[in-house]
Amino acid sequence: MKPTDTSNPGYFHKVVDCQFACPAHTDVPEYIRLIAQGRFSDAYIENRQSNVFPGILGRVCDRPCEPACRRGRVEERPVAICRLKRVAADHKDDIVARLPKGGPSNGKKVALIGAGCASLTVANDLRPLGYEVTIFEAHASMGGLMRSNIPQFRLPPKVLDEEIGYIVDMGVDVKLNHRIHSMRALLDEGFDAIFVGTGAPRGKDLEIPGRYDSENIHIGIDWLESVAFEHLQAIGKRVLIIGVGNTAMDCCRTSLRLGAKDVKVMARKPREYFKASAWELEDAEEENVEILINHSPKEFVIEDGKLVGMRFELLEYKTDDKGRIDRGTVVSEKVIPCDDVILAIGQDNAFPWIERDLGIEFNEWDCPVVDETTMMCSRDGVFFGGDSAFGPKNIIWAVAHGHEAAISIHKFCQGESLTDRLPVGMNLASQKMGMHEWSYSNNYDPSARRLMPHVDLKQRFKKLDIEVELGFTLQQTLQEVERCLNCDIQTVFAAELCIECDACLDICPVNCLTITENGDEADLRTRLAAPALNTEQALFVSAGLPQTKRVMVKDEDLCVHCGLCAERCPTGAWDMQKSKVLIPYAVEEAAGRRKKMAAGS
Amino acid sequence: MSYIAKPKVAHPSLPKNKLGLTARDYEGTVSTLCAGCGHDSVTAAIIQAVFQLNIEPHMLAKMSGIGCSSKTPAYFVSGAHGFNSVHGRMPSVTTGANAANRALTYIGVSGDGDSLSIGAGQFVHAIRRNLNMCYIIENNGVYGLTKGQFSASADVGSKPKKGEPNEMEPIDPVSVALALGATYVARSFSGDKEQLVPLIQGALTHKGFALVDVISPCVTFNDHEGSTKSYKHTRQFYHHVVDADFVPPAAEIKAAYEQGSSMPVELHDGSRIVLRKVDKAYDPTSRAAAFAYLRERVNAGEITTGLLYIDSLRKEMHEVMGNTSTPLCQLPLESLHPGAAELKKITARYR
Repeated sequence: MKPTDTSNPGYFHKVVDCQFACPAHTDVPEYIRLIAQGRFSDAYIENRQSNVFPGILGRVCDRPCEPACRRGRVEERPVAICRLKRVAADHKDDIVARLPKGGPSNGKKVALIGAGCASLTVANDLRPLGYEVTIFEAHASMGGLMRSNIPQFRLPPKVLDEEIGYIVDMGVDVKLNHRIHSMRALLDEGFDAIFVGTGAPRGKDLEIPGRYDSENIHIGIDWLESVAFEHLQAIGKRVLIIGVGNTAMDCCRTSLRLGAKDVKVMARKPREYFKASAWELEDAEEENVEILINHSPKEFVIEDGKLVGMRFELLEYKTDDKGRIDRGTVVSEKVIPCDDVILAIGQDNAFPWIERDLGIEFNEWDCPVVDETTMMCSRDGVFFGGDSAFGPKNIIWAVAHGHEAAISIHKFCQGESLTDRLPVGMNLASQKMGMHEWSYSNNYDPSARRLMPHVDLKQRFKKLDIEVELGFTLQQTLQEVERCLNCDIQTVFAAELCIECDACLDICPVNCLTITENGDEADLRTRLAAPALNTEQALFVSAGLPQTKRVMVKDEDLCVHCGLCAERCPTGAWDMQKSKVLIPYAVEEAAGRRKKMAAGS
Repeated sequence: MSYIAKPKVAHPSLPKNKLGLTARDYEGTVSTLCAGCGHDSVTAAIIQAVFQLNIEPHMLAKMSGIGCSSKTPAYFVSGAHGFNSVHGRMPSVTTGANAANRALTYIGVSGDGDSLSIGAGQFVHAIRRNLNMCYIIENNGVYGLTKGQFSASADVGSKPKKGEPNEMEPIDPVSVALALGATYVARSFSGDKEQLVPLIQGALTHKGFALVDVISPCVTFNDHEGSTKSYKHTRQFYHHVVDADFVPPAAEIKAAYEQGSSMPVELHDGSRIVLRKVDKAYDPTSRAAAFAYLRERVNAGEITTGLLYIDSLRKEMHEVMGNTSTPLCQLPLESLHPGAAELKKITARYR
C-alpha cells in the first residue's frame, strides 16, 4: 500500500467514527470532554454550532453516532452520546449572550416554507449575515414535526420553545397560520431565494377492506398531530398499531396516555427487520406494549358499522443461505379485537402546492430533483432541505441539509458559484503535557454504559406531558464521560524517527500495530498482529522505516486511543495529536468572500 | 515508564491457547524500564513463547538477579512463581529450586552485568551441571541501571555516549557456553521476534541448560552512533546462520523446507525443532564446528544469530545425580524425613 496521507482531513475525520457518522458532524469527543470538566455551557455551544438544537436532539435524535461508536466494537455498548448531549443542554447557564446575533439587513430577502428544523437551521445561519428571513408556517406554532409528531413525554414543549426562540430572536419574521398554497404566487412576491422545508407530511394509507367504514381508523402522523394540538384527548381501550417504526412507537405510547389499556403493535416481519430504533422499542416494551411479529393486515372487521377488530394473516418466512427472508407464506388467519387502529406504515412527500410548470423538476416518485451538495432544485433560487428534499430521514439530517442550503443561498444571492465551496479543514495539535501526561483522560475506563433513569411506570401515564426520561444524574454523567475513547486524539506517526524497537507493538492493549513488509491491503490484513476483519476501518501504512524499510501498519478499527504507543516510544515517532475538523458554514463562506474582496480592493 | 497500567481491554478476537488463555493472560505489571528498552521486547517474546507452549502460569518459575534485565520477570506471567535474588546469584538459587521441584519450568532472566561479571562463576557452574532451565541474557553491553558504564560484553572499539572507546576484550556468553558444553546455545536480537520466539520455545522445552543470548539495546545509554550494541548496528551486522522453527509434540511439520538446508531435532517431550540452515555447510550439532565458525565471524565483525548448537541427548543435572523424579513437595513426610533415630545413626558415622 502507498503511505497513508494523513494531511488529507478525510483520514483522521473518519477515525472519529461518531463525528463522521453524524450528518452534521458534531464534534462529539470534544463536547464530552467539556462536560467532563463541568463546562456545560461550552459543551452546549460546541454542539449548537453544528447541530443547532442540542436540547431537542439530546432527547430525540436518531443517534447515527451511537452505532458507529468505537466503544461498541471494543466492548458491547457504545457511549451514551445522545444522553450526554442532553446533560449539556439541561445544565448550561444562560448562554444567550454567546449566541450569534442577527446582522443588519444586507437587502436580500429569503422565504422559508415550514417552521421545522431544516428551515430554522437556514434562518440560524443566514440571519447573522444580514439576510431578511421570513418563515411561513401552516400551523399556529413552530417546530414542524418536532412539535406535531414527537409526543410531549419525549420532548417537552419548553425545550422546543427555548431553542426555536434562540433563532426567532435573531430577528426572523414568522408568519404563523400561513399555509403556502401556491409556489407560483410565492415566487411572484420577489424573494431573492426560497427554501422549502415542509417535511414529508403525508402518512401512508392501507387500502384493505373496511378502511373507510369506521372513524376509528387513524393515520399515525395525523393522529399524533391532533393529539399535539389538543384536537383529540381520548382513544379506545384496545388499540392496534400497524407498523413498527419510530412513529408506531410514539403512537402506542401516546395511546396509553389517552386511556388505552391494551395496546398491540403489529409487525409484518420478524424483529430483526423492525425499523424502530432499539431504544424506542425498549421504551415501548417497558410500558407493557405488546409487539406481535409475522402479522400481515388483511381487513378491518366491522360489525353494525362499528370497528370490532382486525383480521391478520399469519406469515412464516424462509431464510435463504445469505440470511435474507422471502416474502412469507400465509399459514393461518386470526382476528384481533380492537376499538381503534392507528396506521404507522411510513410517510411520503407531498407537494400539491407546487405547480408543475415552474421549472421545478420532479422525479418518478413525485419528489423534487435536488442536488445533494447545493440543495438547489432544477429552478435557480429554489432550495429544498429536510424530509422534503430526499424523503423521510430525521432531525439531524434536516439540520445538515439546512447548513448546506444556507451556504448555497448565500452564494446564490451574492452571485457566486454554488459548487465552489470551502473545503473541510483539519487542525492537529499535540496533547503531550509532560513525560507521561496528556491533556486528556487517556486511561481506559471499563465501566458499562449508564442506564437512563425513567419516571415510575404508574406516575408517567397520569398526564400526557410528563417527560419519561429524567436525564443522567451527576454520578452517571461522571462515569459515562469516562467511557468516551477520545477518538479525536489521533495517533500521529513520523516514520523517519522510528528505530523499530517494537515498544509500541508490545504495549498496545488491542494489538492494532504491526511492523511488517509492505503489501497490498488484502494481503496486509492477513499479516497483522490481530485479525483485521473490519474492512470499513482504514489501515494506516507508514513510509518505509529507516533501518529495515519495513512499514508500520495500524488497524484503526479497535484503537482505544490510550496513548501508550506514544508514551512507550523512545524517539517521539508516535505522538497523540488532537484533530479538529473544520466544517465551513455560511458564516465562514461569507468571511472568505470579505477577505477576497478586501484583497481585491 | 507509564503512569497508567496497560488497560485490560483486549482485541475481541485474540486467539486462545489449549488452556483457554490469551496472550494477554500471560502479561505482568507494566514495565518501569525506559521507553524503547530492548528488554521489554524480550518480555513480549517470552509472553508469546509461554502462551504458545500452553504452560500453566503456576507451573512456571521466573528467576532473576539484579539489573535492568532482572527487573523484567515482573513484567510477564503474573501468575507464575518468582525469585528476585542477590546480584549474580540467580543460577544457584535456580539450582536449589530445581533440585527441590523439578516439575516446574524454569526461566532465568539475567543481563551481561549479572551473568558475565559478578555472577560469572555462578553462570559457568550452572552450565557445567546442565541445569534444566532456560537462561536468557539480555545483553546490551552496558550497566544501564548505573548510568551506562561498559560491561564485560562491550566490544573492542565500541564508543560510549561520553568518554573513551572500550579497549578490553569482551566475554561472549555464547562462546563461553559452547566451551563449557552447554546443550542448547542460541543468540538472537530483541528486534527480531520472528527468530526469538521459537528460540525461547525451544529453550523452555529443551531438557538441560539452554542459553539464549539476546542482543537487547539500551535505548538510553548505548543506542548511539559508534555503539556496537545499538538497534542500527545490530541490524546492519546481524547474520542468521540457523533459524529454528519450534514444532509442538504431535503437530505436523507444515512448512516446506528446501532440501539439504533443514534438519529436524527431536526434543525429549516429542516436540521438534526444525533448524533452517542459511549456510548449508553449518552443522549445529558439532560443538567444534560451531565454535570455529563463531570465532571466524566475530573477526569479520558479524553478529551470528540463530540456534548455534544443540545436543538433545546429554543428561541433565537430576539424571546425572540419580535424583527422585518426584518433586520434593509431593513426597510424603516419612520419605523426606528419616526420623530422629535414623538421623542419630547417620551422624554417628561421622564421629
